[in-house]
Amino acid sequence: MKILTCPMNGPRNINEFQSFGPLKANPDPETTSDQDWARHLFRADNTRGVIVEWWRHVPSNYFFLAERNATTNEVIRTFDPSELEAAQ
Amino acid sequence: MPLRLLKYGLSKDYPVTGDIPATPDLKPSYDVVIVGGGGHGLACAHYLSKYHGITNVAVLEKGYLAGGNTARNTTTIRSNYITKEGIAFYKEGVQLYEEMSGELDFNVMFSQRGQLTLAHTEATLRSFHLRAEMGKHAGTNIEVVDAQTVKELSPHLNMDEGGPLEIIGGLWHSDGGTARHDAVAWGYAAQASRRGVEIHQRTEVEGFGIEVGNITKVRTNRGTISAGQVMIAVGGMNYDMAMKAGVELPIRCFPLQAMVTQPLKPWLHTLVSSVSLHTYLVQSSRGEIVIGGGSDPYQLYSTRSTLDMKEHLAEGATHLFPFLHGVRLLRQWAGITDMTPDYSPIMGASPLKNLWLDCGWGTWGFKATPVAGKYMAQTIANQKVAPMLEPFTMERFASFDLLNEMGATAASH
Repeated sequence: MKILTCPMNGPRNINEFQSFGPLKANPDPETTSDQDWARHLFRADNTRGVIVEWWRHVPSNYFFLAERNATTNEVIRTFDPSELEAAQ
Repeated sequence: MPLRLLKYGLSKDYPVTGDIPATPDLKPSYDVVIVGGGGHGLACAHYLSKYHGITNVAVLEKGYLAGGNTARNTTTIRSNYITKEGIAFYKEGVQLYEEMSGELDFNVMFSQRGQLTLAHTEATLRSFHLRAEMGKHAGTNIEVVDAQTVKELSPHLNMDEGGPLEIIGGLWHSDGGTARHDAVAWGYAAQASRRGVEIHQRTEVEGFGIEVGNITKVRTNRGTISAGQVMIAVGGMNYDMAMKAGVELPIRCFPLQAMVTQPLKPWLHTLVSSVSLHTYLVQSSRGEIVIGGGSDPYQLYSTRSTLDMKEHLAEGATHLFPFLHGVRLLRQWAGITDMTPDYSPIMGASPLKNLWLDCGWGTWGFKATPVAGKYMAQTIANQKVAPMLEPFTMERFASFDLLNEMGATAASH
């Protein structure tokens, strides 16, 4: 079975995790047009290269992010969401 | 006999003419260019040439004919969906399969043996009642049946009475069936090419030349051609192909896996599907038990099979039919599915005036091969979206007019 390294729980079998799809930038509810809202809801990164996506470790209900190559299925790194906030 | 065979083998009559001519040289220009030589593209070519008199058509296929998702799907044909738009569309799809062997003068081995979907919980049964009422209203053959009838329809089923997965009822769709996927594609290809449609295998589309909202050129690995109208029907490659024309589709790609057992004598007389176990089974005309389930749990462009899915499908299959435990697997494979957010396809117009979409077929494309071909051809011939296809427009995501078929699609096929 494929192993995913959870930032909190360490390496675990991938069937302990649930994918929540690619990371999206949150639009500003005050200024975003209807069209951009629809785009935000229904479109997601579907490139063949590296995507950044949300995962949940189900038993601990811990959400984190992973950089994964969507063609080779190679997980490049996983990290806690606080890293995103720190980068902003 | 051996002498006669040898004589035939050396005679002028051999080799017999194939159904599909060899790939010709590309002409400089076509009225219609169909990108993708799978079932959908070939069906569209057939309908264009037979019913609309449009024969200056090129079907461009990157690999070999019908070698993508047409070859990888598990050939379930049914119309037990839940939205009225979806049911109307897929119902005509089933009807076209009923007539297909005659229409194509080609035996597509359509076997309308019915589909039985199992309920293990009250919640599932409630959703079946809704689907049955919607289906009856639209005129399809569908009904909710009790456990006793399930047992009669499929006597080998493990009913798990008193167990956690007790079968408490089912959704019986007697219109459901299966057909031979290669024959469907071959039949359409043979008919279309007989009327002058050119089928170009090993011809990859590398890009499009776009001028003022129109595709004027199609660039391929065998040269550039001009095109009047262009249709995209490339299954798991739809997202990439549309991006080459600057059109961003609301699609995410997931692998879908399936497997077959060694051939057995005929015993499974219906298509059987379990929502809770995410497993469905059908016996092919060769006797193999085809076993399929839901998509892989995360986005990926790889067609490698996984041990996880093999275990999952084997677990579901042996739970439903415990005597399968000693049966060997022959093959396991995967295809890339282009999933839309509402589990309905995207058909019709695109932001470019002469680019037509036959995309977003996810895990549900094979059953729609004839009906999509028919109405896409009508759309392209009239350069106006056929009324049947209007609800499936890409614009529905901007106006929130979704066609939610998730419950009638996921793992039910």
